[in-house]
Order: sequence, then structure tokens, then C-alpha cells
Amino acid sequence: MAENVLHVEHVTMQFGGVVAVNDLSLDVNEGEIVALIGPNGAGKTTAFNVITGVYAPTNGLVSFRGKPMVENYPRGKMKKQYLGEYPVKYNQVISKTPDQITGLGIARTFQNIRLFKNLTVFDNVLIARHARSKANVFSAAFRLNHREEQENRKKTMELLKMVGLDKEKDEISSSLPYGKQRRLEIARALATEPSLLLLDEPAAGMNPQETDELSAFIRQIKKDFNLTVFVIEHHMDLIMEISDRIYVLDFGKLIAQGTPEEIQNDPNVISAYLGVQEDE
Amino acid sequence: MKKTTKTRDLILSLLLAAAVCALLGWYQADTSAHSYAISIIERSAIYAVVAVAMNLLNGFTGLFSLGQAGFMAIGAYVTAVLTIPVEVRPSVYYMNGIEDWLANLSLPMIPAMVVGGLFAAAAAALIGIPVLRLKSDYLAIATLGFSEIIRALLAAPMMDRITNGSYGLNNIPGFSNIFQPILIAAVCIALMVLLINSSYGRAFKAIREDDVAAEAMGINLFRHKELSFVISSFFTGVAGGMLAVFMRSIDTKTFQVTLTYNILLIVVLGGIGSVTGSIIGSLLINGGQEWLRFLDEPLTVAGVNIPLFRPGFRMVIYSLLLMVVVLFWRRGIMGTSEFTWNGLFGLFKRKKKKKPQTGGEA
Repeated sequence: MAENVLHVEHVTMQFGGVVAVNDLSLDVNEGEIVALIGPNGAGKTTAFNVITGVYAPTNGLVSFRGKPMVENYPRGKMKKQYLGEYPVKYNQVISKTPDQITGLGIARTFQNIRLFKNLTVFDNVLIARHARSKANVFSAAFRLNHREEQENRKKTMELLKMVGLDKEKDEISSSLPYGKQRRLEIARALATEPSLLLLDEPAAGMNPQETDELSAFIRQIKKDFNLTVFVIEHHMDLIMEISDRIYVLDFGKLIAQGTPEEIQNDPNVISAYLGVQEDE
Repeated sequence: MKKTTKTRDLILSLLLAAAVCALLGWYQADTSAHSYAISIIERSAIYAVVAVAMNLLNGFTGLFSLGQAGFMAIGAYVTAVLTIPVEVRPSVYYMNGIEDWLANLSLPMIPAMVVGGLFAAAAAALIGIPVLRLKSDYLAIATLGFSEIIRALLAAPMMDRITNGSYGLNNIPGFSNIFQPILIAAVCIALMVLLINSSYGRAFKAIREDDVAAEAMGINLFRHKELSFVISSFFTGVAGGMLAVFMRSIDTKTFQVTLTYNILLIVVLGGIGSVTGSIIGSLLINGGQEWLRFLDEPLTVAGVNIPLFRPGFRMVIYSLLLMVVVLFWRRGIMGTSEFTWNGLFGLFKRKKKKKPQTGGEA
């Protein structure tokens, strides 16, 4: 049994009276590609934001390699408003910030691409190396970290070559075509030296050929960087091709989990995606 | 090809530096004849430091702060208190007297400026903790408020024996020559440019571009914002000290909000996110106000007195000119790019040949 990388336990995320994620539990193990799918508005991105520390969940626990990194229970106003199905069990608050979570080795991309738009392709990736650099502000300003800086530039160049953007390195990132922006975002995430990569709809807006290239690309980086990948996606072809296991979310609730074959034949999933025939 | 342009740029830069030095030397040779030009240049140098410091915060980190006048006041008062010669202090503090521990505490000019900067930085570190949680306009208003609080504190009766309250401080020893302020300004700006081009500077730019993505890349938002705020305030404080030495007498009215707006004007005019833009902007704003002074004099053409030319007309034209500049150069004179010799030559080439592909933006 491979080591558990990401463990999500009974996570509920409630905004006011809306329960966006309801009692979600899932596990991602070392070396797997796991997918989280579901119709629009099912709560997939919210789940990602809870895992990466953008939102504190209303209730539940997220741990990375056995260590809790996000934990919460309904407090204050939420105590009365709590609508989640899972009874309150947690009693401590742990909330690591997104930068701390990235420091642990989790990197993510965004559904609506969030590049540093006015900076060059090269700088976009180089900035992601900053968090791993040990220089303080004085040694950085006076160039005492010359060797480290050199190393970072070399690694950035290698990453850009790997994703095939080395020719565009001096271009402003927002001038790249869409598919390349997606690749750049992945390269930038990889520059933070993650062991778990979270991809939020990497194939959104791509044509079938680009999608094929993307699935090969994800497999390639998984192998080259020794990654575990957790991906949110709409694109069924891509998901069925690359993932080892799939979780299906609908209206914030987990309705199915299993291998791609199992999911394809699951009646709950089919009804969630195609709608149920109403009996007259 | 590349190497030859590099040597050419180096030679041109050295020539420019030599020309500036020669000009300053010429002014220095006869200070009484050129006192007017000297004061414009010194003031420009001081404002350039504050403008670059403000740019570090506004242009590079994306934090819209309007607290400059307050931090300048701290730096100015600390520098003034420490540099006024011990023997003249009784006459400066003739109304309220001076605190005993302060009476014999004095430092040379440059260490006093550094101490002033450190005080400003410490104040910024404290203010930054609550204030940097805010964004954009709210941050601007909060820092503006703090700057006024600092000014009020300096004028408070309880501080009379340190700051001399509403009487202000005078007898501050001035610069001994024109090279001194220029050199201090150059060192301050060079330090900030080094920071901007380091990996921390890149992290600041990342926060400006997209703070959510920056945080997801492992950049601690609060730590970096605070760092930028403290460093910017340090140099603002140093520039405040320079202003005190330049003006030789200060009171809290020197550091009203208008001072911040003047700096903001320089930053916007020069280009938000451009260091050389701020320097050029500072020269233009300080010089422009003086060069237009002929508009204040009565003008008589062929025996007819033109009625518009009277004291105050200068500011009307000056404001109009500013509006025209902002209308035609929406992003300031330099935008976000820096001055390069290639850009300058590109500007001439474009004008001659109307070649649209010339990449370098001046």
C-alpha cells in the first residue's frame, strides 16, 4: 500500500446558508493520479480552495502526509447556522496559510489562469523559486546569494525547456496563446518543488488535439518530477485516460468513487450528468 | 553587435555622468550666482528619493499608500534634533527648554539621517501591522490618517521639549556643497534599485500582479508587504532628513498632506513602476514650477499690459500642462519601462522614419 499523501476528512464548507461542500472525504496516495469530477457548481473548486488554505472549512480536517494542516469546527455564528450532515467532532483550529501549504510541497494551478500578466514568461517561473530561496533581503539586495540566484535561473530555464516554452522566455506572459499560458502555469507550479500537484481544470478551453497533448504532458511531468497529481476536470476523455481513481461530486456531496470503469457504469453518476428520467 | 552597443551605452552613461558632474562643479564654483538653480537641483534630488521610495511601494508592490509626509516628518525631526549644534540649542528651544538627555546628544549629518530613517521604519513597522490588511483605496486613506496623526503628535504640547512644538526647529546645519545631497540621493536610489532587481523585488512585483497567485507560489503576503512598507519608509525618512538639512528650519506645517500629493504627482507623471521615471518626474515638477515663474511677472507687449500675467497665473498654466501630460501619456512619461539609450535613440528613429516596429519604448 502506497503512502497516503492527501487525506480529506468530513470537510464541509458553508457560505452563509449555502453548503458548497458537504461531508467530503477522500484520499490521494503516493504516485497516483486522482480526479475530482462533477457538474458545474458541484463544489470542486471550493474543495481545492479548502485544501490549499484559501478558505477555512466550516467543519472537517485536511492532512498532508499524516500531518494535519487544516482543521476547523463550526464556531461563533456558524454554531447555530451549521447545516452540514456530518456531526461536529473536531475541536481544534488549524489553519495554515496558502504560502505555508505551498511550502509543505503542494502546488496548484487556477481554473481561470492567474499568471503574473505583465511579467515575462521567465520571471513568472523565477518568482516561484523565491519561496524556496534562503536569501534574506540584505543578501538578496547586495547579490551575496549569487550562486543560489544562478542556480534558480538555471532551474527556471530547464523547466521552461521541459514545458516547451524556452523560445518564448522573454515574452510578456499575457501575450502567449491560451494553451501555452496553461503550460506556463503548470511550469510555475512545478518551480515551487511540489510533491503533490493540484490542477484545477487544466483542459478548460482546449481543443481535442491540445487535450491529447495535455494528457501526455501530465503523465510526463508526473514521471519526471515524481509527483502525485490531484486534478479537477470537466473533460471526460482526459479524465478517463489519465486517472487511476475518480471521485464524483454533485451538489457538494460525494456520490461515487472508484476506477474509471466503475465510474462510467455507476448509475448515480450517469443520472447526475445526464439527468434522471422522471416517471409519469 | 550586442557588445558594441553595450560599450556604447557605457560610454554614453559615463559621458552623461561627467556632464552632470561638470555642471554641478560649475554651479558649485560660484554658489551665490547660482543659488536658485542649486536649490532646484537639491530639492529635486530629495524629492526623487521619496518618489522612488513611493514607487517601490505603489508601483512595484501595488500598495497605494499616502503616508509619505508623515514618515518624512519623522526623519526630518530626528535628523534636525540630532544635528542642531549643541551650543545653539538653548536659543532654538528658548520657549520650552530642552529635555536633559537630549541637550548634549548630537550626531554628524549622515548618521543622523540614517537614525531618522530607522525611526521612520520603526513607525512603519508598527503602523503596517494593522494597516497592511487593507487594500487599495482603504489602505491609502488609512496611511493618510496615520501620517496626519504623526504630524499632530510631533506638534503636541507634550513633545515641546523634544520637537519644540509649534515653534519648529531652526539652525539646522545645511549641506556643505551641492555634491553632498546628490550623492546621498544617488546611494539611496541605487540601494532601492538593487532591491527591486533582486528576488525580493520580483516577489513584490508578483504581489502587485496577482496576490492570490503570489500566495499560492509560497510568498508570504504579509511579510513581503511589511518588508516593502518598512524599506520604503526608511528611505522616505532619510529623504525627510535631507529635506530638513536642505531647508535648515522645519515645523510641522512643512509636512502636510500637500507634500504627499506633490510626491504622488511626481510618481504618476514619471510613470508608476519606473525608477528613472520618478527621477525625471522630480526634475520636471520641481524645475517646472520655477521655470514658469516668468508668467507671474507683469508682461507688456507694445505698450499694452497683458492682463493675464499676474501672480498666480503660473499655477494655472502649470496645472494645465500637467493635465495635458497625463492626457497624452496615460501611464506617465516612462510607463513601467526604464530609461535606456536604445529607447532614447528609438524615439528619434521613430520620428524620422515612422517605423512602427521599433520595440524600445522610451
